[in-house]
Amino acid sequence: MQIIFDKINYVYSSGTAFERHAIKDINLTIHKGEFVGLIGHTGSGKSTLIQHMNGLIKATSGHIYFNGLDIYDQDYKLRELRSKVGLVFQYPEHQLFETSVFKDVNYGPKNLGLDKLEAEVRTYEALKMVGIGEELWDASPFELSGGQKRRVAIAGILAMKPEVLILDEPTAGLDPRGRDDILEQISVLHKESGMTIILVTHSMEDVANYVDRILVMNQGSLVMDEPTKTVFSRYKELEQMHLAAPQVTYIMNALKQEGFHVATDITTVNEAKLEILKELKK
Amino acid sequence: MIRDITIGQYYPANSVIHRLDPRLKLVGTFLFIISLFTFNTFYGYIAVTLFLVSVIKVSKVPFRFIARGLKAVVVILLFTVTFNLFLTPGDPIFKLGFLKITREGLRFAAFMGIRLMFLILGSSLMTFTTTPNQLTDGLEKLLWPLRHIKVPVHEIAMMMSIALRFIPILLEETDKIMKAQMARGADFESGGILKRAKSLIPLLVPLFVSAFRRANDLAMAMEARCYRGGEGRTKMKPLRYHGRDYVAYLILLLYIAILITVRILEGLL
Ligand SMILES: Nc1ncnc2c1ncn2[C@@H]1O[C@H](COP(=O)(O)OP(=O)(O)OP(=O)(O)O)[C@@H](O)[C@H]1O
Ligand SMILES: [Mg+2]
Repeated sequence: MQIIFDKINYVYSSGTAFERHAIKDINLTIHKGEFVGLIGHTGSGKSTLIQHMNGLIKATSGHIYFNGLDIYDQDYKLRELRSKVGLVFQYPEHQLFETSVFKDVNYGPKNLGLDKLEAEVRTYEALKMVGIGEELWDASPFELSGGQKRRVAIAGILAMKPEVLILDEPTAGLDPRGRDDILEQISVLHKESGMTIILVTHSMEDVANYVDRILVMNQGSLVMDEPTKTVFSRYKELEQMHLAAPQVTYIMNALKQEGFHVATDITTVNEAKLEILKELKK
Repeated sequence: MIRDITIGQYYPANSVIHRLDPRLKLVGTFLFIISLFTFNTFYGYIAVTLFLVSVIKVSKVPFRFIARGLKAVVVILLFTVTFNLFLTPGDPIFKLGFLKITREGLRFAAFMGIRLMFLILGSSLMTFTTTPNQLTDGLEKLLWPLRHIKVPVHEIAMMMSIALRFIPILLEETDKIMKAQMARGADFESGGILKRAKSLIPLLVPLFVSAFRRANDLAMAMEARCYRGGEGRTKMKPLRYHGRDYVAYLILLLYIAILITVRILEGLL
């Protein structure tokens, strides 16, 4: 058990006219090596929730345990936590600042206090991992395309070799190709290094394709925490929260209603293909 | 964290003060500040205090919220009061080594402290009850006659409203970038001056880039909607005085009249 949330509440601008109870009584356990999806309508509190995981915001009430230690303890080292829980923000390309791509990615490992060589090796690996070719390493990060900037920013976190990687809508505003590339690389990372991954997204297809378990937020509360298939089988409830199941799930349901004997708990196109072929061969 | 700065912030509430015309509130605040400096006698300040307290009550802005604005200037306040207390020459009433407090010093320090406090309270009450848009509208209308002497009134008002609009946006942006860099192990708090100044680079560069990007977007959006300055431009909600505004002007006059009467009576005594 890597991360445990115990009755976490968070109130923005507490005590003013703009007070907002963004997170309500969240209980949650994330295990080592999981690939978890976090979905919810705009403003449901996803970004607020994940910022608790590396101690960037401190809960108004409740406790968080990381690897068994209470992160709100007096002598807990929050900076160390931040090197173990890597958080890639929404639109991370807005945080680039260095004169070259390499230097920018190198910023994180340098802050960890590693020796120069080790930091550079990690930078090198991270850039390779996200598929940024060597010809771009000396370019200014501001000259890159949107998708390339996004990769550089993600590399900036990967270079710190976190145990847990949290991504807040890493594919927002990218073209379908760029989206698949990034998610594919994250998935490979998960399989090869066993890194725990939490993916925040608005795309049901993305979660269906990659994650094992889904957390659903609605108006600040955690309303579902179940395996992917179970969550999408409750798509009627999801719709009431302005969410939906993947489109193939709807197609399978429609086929079933037309009298085909197909399973309806299908969430990816590939599964759907196999299921339909099976039915046709009968 | 950064968002707790309240100076110049609007506090939404449903009160008469909120609904008053911004021109009136600008004039009123101006008169109030002048009255603070001209009627600095004991009875004068009683009247000023009564006035301020009743306006705050009517505005429905909680007092602790307004008082938060004072926290930002507490250092200046203490400084002024201490200096006035110890450095005013006159009739000594207390002595400790080279420090001495005089009767005049005590009086002066008290007035100075109260005056500064009222100044902050009064002007923040205006910004608490008036949205930035209303404020610039009011200012534009008040200064409108100045265009005859070639003052670019509309442009000034437009710049002011854009600047005001950008403050919360930039604060939010700073907050976000700060968090993003902290997630990459940035440390903004420890170290000497040089190290701290250097640690600000990862914050300032993205902040400037984003400010320029936003400014560019805004200029583009304004052009796309055919903005071409104030010439012939009309307003969706033109400022118009209502009955309550005339009543408020009367109350302001009354306030000044009372202060003048108090002053004259004090002179006679
Ligand atoms: N810095 C802030 N100050 C005040 N309120 C905030 C702040 N950030 C978020 N909120 C409020 O908290 C609530 C949750 O916001 P949050 O950003 O966590 O939502 P989200 O689920 O990430 O939404 P999105 O999908 O649009 O990114 C929203 O109602 C938002 O208005
Ligand atoms: Mg968000």
